[in-house]
Amino acid sequence: MKAEYALTGRWYLNGDLACAEGALAAGCRFFAGYPITPATEIAERMAIRMPQVDGIFIQMEDEISSMNCILGASWGGKKSMTATSGPGFSLMMENYGLGIMMEVPTVIVNVMRGGPSTGLPTLVGQGDVMQTKWGTHGDIQAIALSPQSPQECFDLTVRAFNLAERFRTPVVLLTDESVGHMTEMVEIPPPGSIKLVDRKKPRMKPENYLPYEGGKDLVPPMPAAGDGYRIITTGLTHDERGYPIVTSETQEKLIDRLDRKILDFKDEIIDNEEFLLKDADVVVVTYGISSRPSKRAVKLARRDGIKAGMLRLRALWPFPEEAIQELASHVRGFVVPEINQGQVVLEVQRAVCGQTEVKHLGCAGRIHHPSEILSAIEEVEK
Amino acid sequence: MRIRFCGFGGQGIVLAGYITGNAAVTDGKNAIQNQSYGSESRGGQCKSDVIVQEGAIFELELDEIDVLVAMSQSAHDMYIDQLEPDGMVIIDSDLVEPREGQSNLHAVPFTDIAYQAFNRKIMGNMVMLGYLVAASEVVSEASMRRTIASNVPKGTEEMNTKAYEKGLELGRERK
Repeated sequence: MKAEYALTGRWYLNGDLACAEGALAAGCRFFAGYPITPATEIAERMAIRMPQVDGIFIQMEDEISSMNCILGASWGGKKSMTATSGPGFSLMMENYGLGIMMEVPTVIVNVMRGGPSTGLPTLVGQGDVMQTKWGTHGDIQAIALSPQSPQECFDLTVRAFNLAERFRTPVVLLTDESVGHMTEMVEIPPPGSIKLVDRKKPRMKPENYLPYEGGKDLVPPMPAAGDGYRIITTGLTHDERGYPIVTSETQEKLIDRLDRKILDFKDEIIDNEEFLLKDADVVVVTYGISSRPSKRAVKLARRDGIKAGMLRLRALWPFPEEAIQELASHVRGFVVPEINQGQVVLEVQRAVCGQTEVKHLGCAGRIHHPSEILSAIEEVEK
Repeated sequence: MRIRFCGFGGQGIVLAGYITGNAAVTDGKNAIQNQSYGSESRGGQCKSDVIVQEGAIFELELDEIDVLVAMSQSAHDMYIDQLEPDGMVIIDSDLVEPREGQSNLHAVPFTDIAYQAFNRKIMGNMVMLGYLVAASEVVSEASMRRTIASNVPKGTEEMNTKAYEKGLELGRERK
């Protein structure tokens, strides 16, 4: 499918605005949210733009209702989105899990700032990576993407919608204050060259439809309310009919399918940028805004004769452990710069499994300086 | 060229940075603009960096500054050490006391000029932008004029453009 609409052209946009335009190009026509720094610009843009494209913008009373609202809109057949930052993301956690359990395609944007609690409203953080995977209760598989520039805020927002529709699950765009508030040129292609994915609709007769029966790809087709199919949907453990059946057998079957519908097809999600990896001795594993000083550091290291490379994770969840494992068998070590006390580094360590050194380089409320990352590369190289 | 605008929240520092970056891309150059400010909507420390160059930009945080535009004393004192040895300093002379013996110093009472000429202190940043363009030639005069007109509140375009012209004039005289 091709997009029907996009603000085609070259624009000087910050990451937040580019994200809003990405959503509109992806066909999002429903936004519910509660403004919060540094994600406010997304809501502001949506408030102006939604009426122009016959969409709906609604400012809710808080983030709990915002999250519920976008789940409902998605059941109504619209592509929906909300945007928030740490404190709001925390409030959304319960219904994020509800979206996963009810298998509702939607997009949650989290423009990360420093936390915990209200923390650093106006300063950058990358502390919500683990929350995206473990913040809601129960066993879930998350899908999360991480842009490094306003251009990627546009591109990856489109991709987030496509993945949400493909896998019938909430997808998180984990961006951050620096990317959100940074202004650069953004190229928005013509709608005809933006590929879109729409949720699979049921084709069988309504009487034969089972709302939670996954097909080959384990994703059940999803009608909209009013399409004529009988739907029961709940956060309780349910069988293929959607009926709450609270037994261990039903739970096992359901959770297994929810896991496998993502993990068995994770190659469709994983999206790594490899930079000078072929002969690398030291690999910087990076994501989001941190990848920009990282790339600089890798170049500086190469200039000094150190074989450094970079693996940039444009998708953080599911975690690309195979790529790390493959590297771990022959490199001298890894450096993981993050604007937190150590989150993605734990996943890297898990994949590396003690085979080689993994060095975390944390900082708080600011972007790393390339020289700090260079020093870490030098240390690991020794 | 690496420019840092700094001062208090409410002085139009972030807007000045955005407009400069936008004018630079209108000129066909590459420009990145970022900003940092406090939680207060007015009165907190505030800065906005603009990097303008021909090729790709990797630096996001500035170590060295080519042009420091300071609209408050505390911001000036915080960043003046990052100025390149031959770097340019532009200050609001009513608000900032420069370092003794500062070279390449441009001290102009932007805020007061805006108040005297237009009865609007808030347009000090536009006078400053005019002066900056004349003194540094970071962007073309025409691109800056156009960008200002399309980024200020509706109905204030003419007044803001006039404030910009005033700054241009002062900058040209100084040269």
